[in-house]
Amino acid sequence: MHSSFESAVENPVIEQETRAAEELDLPWQVIVHNDPVNLMSYVTMVFQKVFGFPREKAEKHMLEVHEQGRSIVWSGMRERAELYVQQLHGYLLLATLERTN
Amino acid sequence: MEIRRQGDCLEISELDPFLAELLRQIPDSTRTEGAEAAQQRLFSLPAQTSEREICAEWKVYVEPELRRLFQTATETVATDLQQLNGSTKPFANCTLRIPTQNAEAWLNALNQARLVIAAKYNFSDVDLCDHYRSPIGSRRDLGLFQVNFYGFLQEFILHELNL
Repeated sequence: MHSSFESAVENPVIEQETRAAEELDLPWQVIVHNDPVNLMSYVTMVFQKVFGFPREKAEKHMLEVHEQGRSIVWSGMRERAELYVQQLHGYLLLATLERTN
Repeated sequence: MEIRRQGDCLEISELDPFLAELLRQIPDSTRTEGAEAAQQRLFSLPAQTSEREICAEWKVYVEPELRRLFQTATETVATDLQQLNGSTKPFANCTLRIPTQNAEAWLNALNQARLVIAAKYNFSDVDLCDHYRSPIGSRRDLGLFQVNFYGFLQEFILHELNL
């Protein structure tokens, strides 16, 4: 006799459906663009505060912005992406949200 | 000029009249009136213009909030700067104490000022990396000096508070 937990574990359909639904709900990216005025240390601090990134991850994204002109710092649902972009603009970073292709 | 942390304050002492005046100019330097490029930089769009709904909502709901946020930061800095008006001797060095609880407001106002000045004078990457330009021969040179001086203060605040 299987317990409900075992049944759930053995049934992969639910997980696939959940994942598919999440993918439909996650079409937005938050992108930070390069700006020669903002200090590298300041951008790193903002990423740590807004996204809670550890310092290494914040610096990685900061360097991506600096060297490649932009970095995708977050992806997810539109409402939250808008909130993040608003926070980043509050810190005067150049940030946009874009639909994920 | 000396700059250090003193308890709950960041203390900038031995400020000569020139640097004190640059500090006094922070609030005015954040003003974007008459400078379209500065206005566009501080209130940039949150998405491509093809995302009309997002951009329209942003203008109505978010931009006024950002204006209030920036204004509050500038007013906090202006209040702290009133310390520089108390000197009895006009050309004496002076001291400014920034409460650490105002540090984020200072970072924000300094950043506003740097972005507005850079937009007004259309500073390039090359200009901004030229830290040794001397002497100050024009209003544009002074603007570049301001951007670098304010950046130095930002670096100090970030370092001291480990934000």
